[in-house]
Amino acid sequence: MTEYASNIHPMAAILIHAAIPLTIILVYALVAIWGERKIAGFIQDRLGPMRVGGWHGWAQSIADLLKLIQKEDIIPTNASRFLFKFAPFMMFAASYAAFAVIPFSSAYIGSMINIGVFYLLAITSILTLSVIMAGWASNNKWSLLGGMRSAAQMVSYEVPTIATVLTVVLVAGSLNLMTVTEMQAGNDTLGFLPNWLIFQNPFLIVAFIIFFISILAESHRVPFDLPESESELVGGYQTEYSGMRWAMFMLAEYADMLLLSLLGATLFFGGWNSPFGDFMSGPVWGFFWFMLKGLLLVFVMMWIRWTLPRYRVDQLMHICWNILIPLSFINLVLTALWEVIF
Amino acid sequence: MLNAVKQSWLTFRSIFTGMGVTIRHFFGPSVTLQYPEEKMELPAGARARLYVNIDDCIGCNLCARACPVNCIDIETVLATQDVDLGKTSTGNPKRFWLTRFDIDMAKCMYCDLCVYPCPTNCIYMVPEYEYSEFDRSNLVYHFSNLEPEMVAEVKEKAEQEAEQKKREREEMMRKKAEEKAKKELEEKKKADEETPKNEKENRGE
Amino acid sequence: MIEVISKETGNKEMVINMGPQHPSTHGVLRLELVLDGEIITKVRPNIGYLHRCFEKYAEQMDDYAKVIPYTDRMDYVSAINQEHGYVIALERMLELEVPERVEYIRVIMAELQRIASHLLGIGAFGLDLGAFSPFLYLFTEREKILDIFERVTGARLLYNYFAVAGLMRDVHPKFKADTAEFVRTFRPKIKELNDLLSYNKIFIQRTANIGVLPEKVAFNYAASGPVLRGSGVKWDLRKNDPYSIYDRFEFDIPVGTGEVGTLGDCWDRYIVRVKEMEQSLRIIEQALDGMPDEGDVMEAIPKRIRPKEGEIYVRTETPRGELGYYIVSDKSASPFRVKARAPSFVHLSVLPAISKGSLIADMVAIVGSIDIVLGEVDR
Repeated sequence: MTEYASNIHPMAAILIHAAIPLTIILVYALVAIWGERKIAGFIQDRLGPMRVGGWHGWAQSIADLLKLIQKEDIIPTNASRFLFKFAPFMMFAASYAAFAVIPFSSAYIGSMINIGVFYLLAITSILTLSVIMAGWASNNKWSLLGGMRSAAQMVSYEVPTIATVLTVVLVAGSLNLMTVTEMQAGNDTLGFLPNWLIFQNPFLIVAFIIFFISILAESHRVPFDLPESESELVGGYQTEYSGMRWAMFMLAEYADMLLLSLLGATLFFGGWNSPFGDFMSGPVWGFFWFMLKGLLLVFVMMWIRWTLPRYRVDQLMHICWNILIPLSFINLVLTALWEVIF
Repeated sequence: MLNAVKQSWLTFRSIFTGMGVTIRHFFGPSVTLQYPEEKMELPAGARARLYVNIDDCIGCNLCARACPVNCIDIETVLATQDVDLGKTSTGNPKRFWLTRFDIDMAKCMYCDLCVYPCPTNCIYMVPEYEYSEFDRSNLVYHFSNLEPEMVAEVKEKAEQEAEQKKREREEMMRKKAEEKAKKELEEKKKADEETPKNEKENRGE
Repeated sequence: MIEVISKETGNKEMVINMGPQHPSTHGVLRLELVLDGEIITKVRPNIGYLHRCFEKYAEQMDDYAKVIPYTDRMDYVSAINQEHGYVIALERMLELEVPERVEYIRVIMAELQRIASHLLGIGAFGLDLGAFSPFLYLFTEREKILDIFERVTGARLLYNYFAVAGLMRDVHPKFKADTAEFVRTFRPKIKELNDLLSYNKIFIQRTANIGVLPEKVAFNYAASGPVLRGSGVKWDLRKNDPYSIYDRFEFDIPVGTGEVGTLGDCWDRYIVRVKEMEQSLRIIEQALDGMPDEGDVMEAIPKRIRPKEGEIYVRTETPRGELGYYIVSDKSASPFRVKARAPSFVHLSVLPAISKGSLIADMVAIVGSIDIVLGEVDR
């Protein structure tokens, strides 16, 4: 498809490459925000949105979006105007750019670079910058505290994330996510299980648990949602934002959640590979399976969110530096040994 | 080390227990009522709005006096002798025109204290709760069933009667005063007839 | 940004206002926090945002009975318990005998209200720490209690149900069955709460060893209720200074034991409330058994309330602690003085003593664990 487009005009290929992930993110965000509210509702014996659009309020997110567009864009008098305005867009840009290396199906990946994982981890660290930017530029004490917490949290949790990703890379032998996915094809682990990496190696299960905890923290989900913990910091770095700029933050947050879930699905659950071998496989089915795996992880993240209380900031750091980082490195070494032995 | 493993295991176990509880609720029934379509049935004794059965009201003002927030405003006019207002369903005779019986539901605090002293049980709470208004003055409920012209007429009549009574009373008072004055005059005359001598002496020339 | 240089440490400190529009200050409390980084060096609670002149209003009323709806509005979460103290004070002043049936209904209502109040208290406590769902599960249960109240009194929050030496209306015939049904369905919910929140490791980590209130400090600040019992003191006015008919019932006083941390921490105060709900259920069951079926609840209500000249102080155990009413009568129909000793107010003053050196996040937990109602603090 992209080759065909680049035959017409090189710009067309770029536009198509830009448009496909953007469409996916936007549609996903609308569905996920509605879905999260429904899930929260059902978990809490409520119904969630029921009015807008008829069946179970499916158009609620669209209505919210329309409302947010109409809202006044408030910039505090003493805020640093440029940084304040720029931060939400930078945050979204960072998580959007990372989708370039996610293999959505066997036929489509934004950019076939051979350092995909490396690029993804590098570009998502810009998120930290934008959060600090927003917190600092708001000139609000709560925002500042939220921004600083967030910076510390994201920088810390990048370490275990990278260490676990490295474990997978060690087993897969490639930094390109497409290659990592392709090598998980087939269905002959222990005779019946798919060849997904999580079933390949006991240490990878531990790696997945560490990875999952880290991405919860990276995407600010409960129990690690300290940067915007509403009962302590009012709204964290988002306190002063309103209207579309606030919506950009929400969009970036949901996009980030999807990105990390999809990364998890690629690294541990075989990406776009069908769980039934050749049955129901192909580019379209591949996209379906990939999104399904990603959304299941997103569902678990939401499920956890509506169950648990949140950690305190020092406990969060304790978990990261004293437990997860040593554990992930030990795990890395043990995986390497396993690979050498078997 | 072993302790750390145990602790993390306990943490995970408690998290999974909690997640088990929430997933059971996820598939469990919901308790939400979709309000305008589905409504909660209020019990018969629910205190949601004050209502006055004005036909039974005798204008005794007890409810207004019992109210802690003074939200009941009653104005009564004594009925003239030529009209009979009849009796309430409880058999109390009515003696007053109720020219005004206003309840300001914006002030009311639903304490039910006005209900108890009422001798005819004509003021009570009803389970009707959907009466929000955009204008606060609409929350003042007028229970008096008299037309403004009627009110004016009744007032005029009552005034006339009062005036007449006043005049009668004044007449009576005047008559009494006249009689009294007469008596006094007579007495004075009598006394005068008796006293002149002394007085002259007293002037003492 | 206001920055202060600390005299002790030489660090730059930041003054931050928590409230009155902060999401977890339980109403309109304003806390002035002096922060060194995220560590609190000083707390100053500012109150008065919800002041409604309860005491002055009480003096203005031309009838003692007219004060009862105002007592409801002090602690709107446990209105029945607030009325209870006031009517007991008046009954003692007037030396009135309260009918048996009235006392039983009062105890049942008061204990139901205690459960409802604790449900809100611990639910909001969980909410402060980020656990949203338990709050709504508990709210569902609270709704059931309010339904019972509504059927009996006609109101859901501010009841004005107790009258001097009587009740404003009799309970409906199905009251006993309703309440017994609630008691039956509520017991498993406590277990569910323990699974979901009380013994959750994250919750324990957030509350254990936080805001430790030692026994001695608790005494010095005149703490009472669950806050005092959380520090391991067995003190409950229902046992230690029985009023109404509480001396007839068998129940335990749960106290904090330092099960997961230090004695007197936030978790102890929390678990005392959970255990108290079970004890309240026991009282309700006994009271339902003992409640006479016949009797007019309104017959003993005096027509006019004119206490002799004098004063009285009556204290009762509300869900939040010792609520005292000090009433002075000058023989007229309106009270000369009504002073309420509100437990929330007292507990708020403990706050600076127990929160120094903790983090902002702990501050939220501590405020939640002492379970204040600002209506009662400001009156």
